[in-house]
Amino acid sequence: MSGQPLDPRTAPTFPAAARAMLGDTQLRKNVRHATGVIQTKRARVVEEMPDWQELRESGRQIREHTMRHLDHYLQQFEQNCTRAGGVVHWARDAEEARRIVVGLVQAEGAREVIKIKSMTTEEIQLNKALEAAGVHPYETDLAELIIQLGQDQPSHIVVPALHKNRQQIREIFQREMHLGTLGESPQDLADAARRFLREKFLRVKTGVSGANFLIAETGGVCIVESEGNGRMCLTLPETLITVAGIDKVVPTFKDLEVLLQLLPRSATGERMNPYNSIWTGVDADGDGPRRFHIVLMDNARTEILADEEGRQTLHCIRCGACQNACPVYRQTGGHAYGSVYAGPIGAILTPQLQVLNHAQTLPYASSLCGACYEVCPVKINIPEVLIHLRNKVVRKKGPLTPEALAMRAMGLVFRSERRFRAAQRMGRVAEAPLVRKDGQGQGWIGWLPGLLGGWTQVRDLQAMPQQSFREWWEQREKSEVSRGN
Amino acid sequence: MFITCYNDTLFPETGKAVVRVLERLGHTVEFPAGQTCCGQMHWNTGYQAEALPLVARFVAQFRHAEAVVVPSSSCVAMIRDHYPKMAAELGDAGLQAEVEALVPRVFEFSEFLTRRLGLEDVGAYYPHRVTYHASCHGLRNLELGDGPLRLLRAVRGIDLVVLEGMEQCCGFGGTFAVKNAEVSSAMLAEKTTAVLNTRAEACTACDNSCLMHIQGALHRQRTGVQTVHLAEILASEDTGSAGAAR
Repeated sequence: MSGQPLDPRTAPTFPAAARAMLGDTQLRKNVRHATGVIQTKRARVVEEMPDWQELRESGRQIREHTMRHLDHYLQQFEQNCTRAGGVVHWARDAEEARRIVVGLVQAEGAREVIKIKSMTTEEIQLNKALEAAGVHPYETDLAELIIQLGQDQPSHIVVPALHKNRQQIREIFQREMHLGTLGESPQDLADAARRFLREKFLRVKTGVSGANFLIAETGGVCIVESEGNGRMCLTLPETLITVAGIDKVVPTFKDLEVLLQLLPRSATGERMNPYNSIWTGVDADGDGPRRFHIVLMDNARTEILADEEGRQTLHCIRCGACQNACPVYRQTGGHAYGSVYAGPIGAILTPQLQVLNHAQTLPYASSLCGACYEVCPVKINIPEVLIHLRNKVVRKKGPLTPEALAMRAMGLVFRSERRFRAAQRMGRVAEAPLVRKDGQGQGWIGWLPGLLGGWTQVRDLQAMPQQSFREWWEQREKSEVSRGN
Repeated sequence: MFITCYNDTLFPETGKAVVRVLERLGHTVEFPAGQTCCGQMHWNTGYQAEALPLVARFVAQFRHAEAVVVPSSSCVAMIRDHYPKMAAELGDAGLQAEVEALVPRVFEFSEFLTRRLGLEDVGAYYPHRVTYHASCHGLRNLELGDGPLRLLRAVRGIDLVVLEGMEQCCGFGGTFAVKNAEVSSAMLAEKTTAVLNTRAEACTACDNSCLMHIQGALHRQRTGVQTVHLAEILASEDTGSAGAAR
C-alpha cells in the first residue's frame, strides 16, 4: 500500500482490489489473527452482560431519535458549546472542512499540529491538505503513527494498523525514527513511540481531533481512547480544533450511560475505555487549551438522512465490531474497500458518502450472512441497507447491461409456470455439452463460460437431474390416480 | 409444500424426502403446481422490480394451506423478512392482508418439525458420520438455534460430529459467489477445511444452496466427502439395507 490516501473515487473495484489482498499471505495472517483476538474478547465481555440486547435496543432508539431531530440537537449543541467559549464552524463538505481547519491552523501561525486518531479527518484527507499548506501533522495514536510513518493507509476504523504485525512495526519504527536497535516486544515498540511522541506533545501548540460524541445538552465533546495520547493532545496544546460529522451528536449527557457501555465492549472488548475525555468549551481558569474550535461537517450526511432506507447508516458509533465479524473483511482486510471506512459499515457508508463511482461494487462485497447485524451495538440492519444500495446501483446502471437482461429474462420465467417448466427443460439441454460423468455416474460441470466461470474456478457444479421435483410429483399423482387412490 | 425453484430444478431428492417425512408423520402434502420462485435472487441482487410480482403468485398458490413447509431457510427468510414490506410497497391492501395472514404459516422444514409439531425424533435411521453446517439465514434470520441439531441427535445410528466454525458463512451468498468469486473461494476454503477436519462422510444443512457450494469444492478436490440435505437424513429409514449418503 502506498502513501496515496484511500479514495473511493479512484480506487479499483472491490473484486479487483480483493484479488490483490488475497495474494498477500502476511496481511491475511495478521488480519485473521487480530480480528480473532478482538472477537474473542468482545464475546467474553458481551456474554457477561445480562441486558446486552436491551442495551442494543436503547442504543438504537437513542440514535434513531437523534437522527429524527438532528437539526434541533445540532443547534442546541452549537448554542451550548458557544456559551462555554467554543467556536462552532459549519462545513458543507470535505473541501470546506479542510479549508476551515487549514485556515485556523494558519491563523495560529502553526507549522505543526498533533493529531488524535480520527477517521473523520481521514475521510476528508486532512493531512494531505495540511501538508500542502506547509503544516506538518503528527499522528499520536500508536496505530495511526505506524500508518503515517509507514506511508500506509488505515485498514480498520478502530485498529487502523491491524494489518501489520510486530515485526513489520519494528521495521517501520527503526527506519523512520532512526533507531539503531529495537526489540519487537509490545513494551519495546510502545517505548519507542513514547519517546518519539513525548517531545511532540511538549512542543506542538495546536491539536486536531475528531469526536466520538457531541453532547447537545451541555455543548460537551467526548473522546474515548486506550493510550492516553489523546488526553495529551486535548490538554497540552493552546489551541484545539475538532472535526466532527454532524451525525456524532447525542441529546443528553445521560445517553452516554448507554453508548459508553456499548462502544468499548463492541470495539475493543473492554468493559470501559481506559481514557474517557469530555470537555466543554474552554476552561475559564486557563486549564487546558485557551482556544477551542469545532467544525461540524455535513459531507453528504444530510443526503443519507433524507433516504428513508439508508438513514440508519448514520446510527453508527464507529466500533468496528462489524469489521471483525465479517467473513469477507477477515479474508481481504480493509484496503480492498478503497475507503477509510472498510468492512460492512464501509460497504454501506462509502457508497452513500460519495457519488457511486467505483464504490458501486461495495454493496456487493458481502454474502449477506448477517454477522454484522448480529454484533452491531445499535442494531443497524446492514444486510437490508446493502440490498437497498444494490437496488440503487442496478437502477443507475439501467436495464441494458448483460446482467440486467439476464435478470429480466429470469424474472419472466418465474412469473409463469409454463415458462418455468420450459426453462428447466432447456437448462438440461443447454448444460449437456458441459456435463461429465464421474465414477458414480453422477453428472458434473467443471467449466462454465463468462461471468458464471467464477463459480468453476474452484468448484464443480452438479448437473441437473433428469427429472425435476414437479415432474416426479406429477408422475406420482398419475400413478396414484391409476391405482384408484 | 413450497419446494423452491432451485430445489425443484436441481435437488428433487430433497423434495421427495420432505414428502416422505411428512407423510410418515401422518400429514397430507400438497404441491400447488403454479409455484415457482420466492424472488430472493432478484431481491438480494438489487432487481426489486422483478421480485415484486412473485409475492402475489406465492399468495395465490398457498393461501389455502394450513402450513407451508419449505426446505430452504434463505427462501423462508425472504418471505418472512421482506414480503410484508413488498406487499406494502405494491400498495395493494388486499394482498397486504393476505401476506400478513399467510407469513406466520410459512415454516422452514426443520422449524416445522421442532416448533410447529414439537418433534425431535421422526423415526430416522442414518448410520453415517455426519457434520452440520448452520446456514446464515437459518441461524440469524430464522433463529433456528439448535433445532436442526436436536433432530439430528435423535437419528438412530448417526455419528454426529461438531463442525468447527459451524456458524460461519460458507461464502455462497447467491450472486456473491460469482461477483466476488475469489473472496467467496477463500471463505469456502475455510469451510471445507473444517468439514474435512471432522472426518465426516457427509456435511448436512437446512439449505441446498450452501450445500451445493460446499459440495462444489469437495467434489473438485475429489475428497469423497458428500453433502446431504437434512430432510434426506430424516427421511432415511432402517430398511435392512443401510442407506447411502447422497
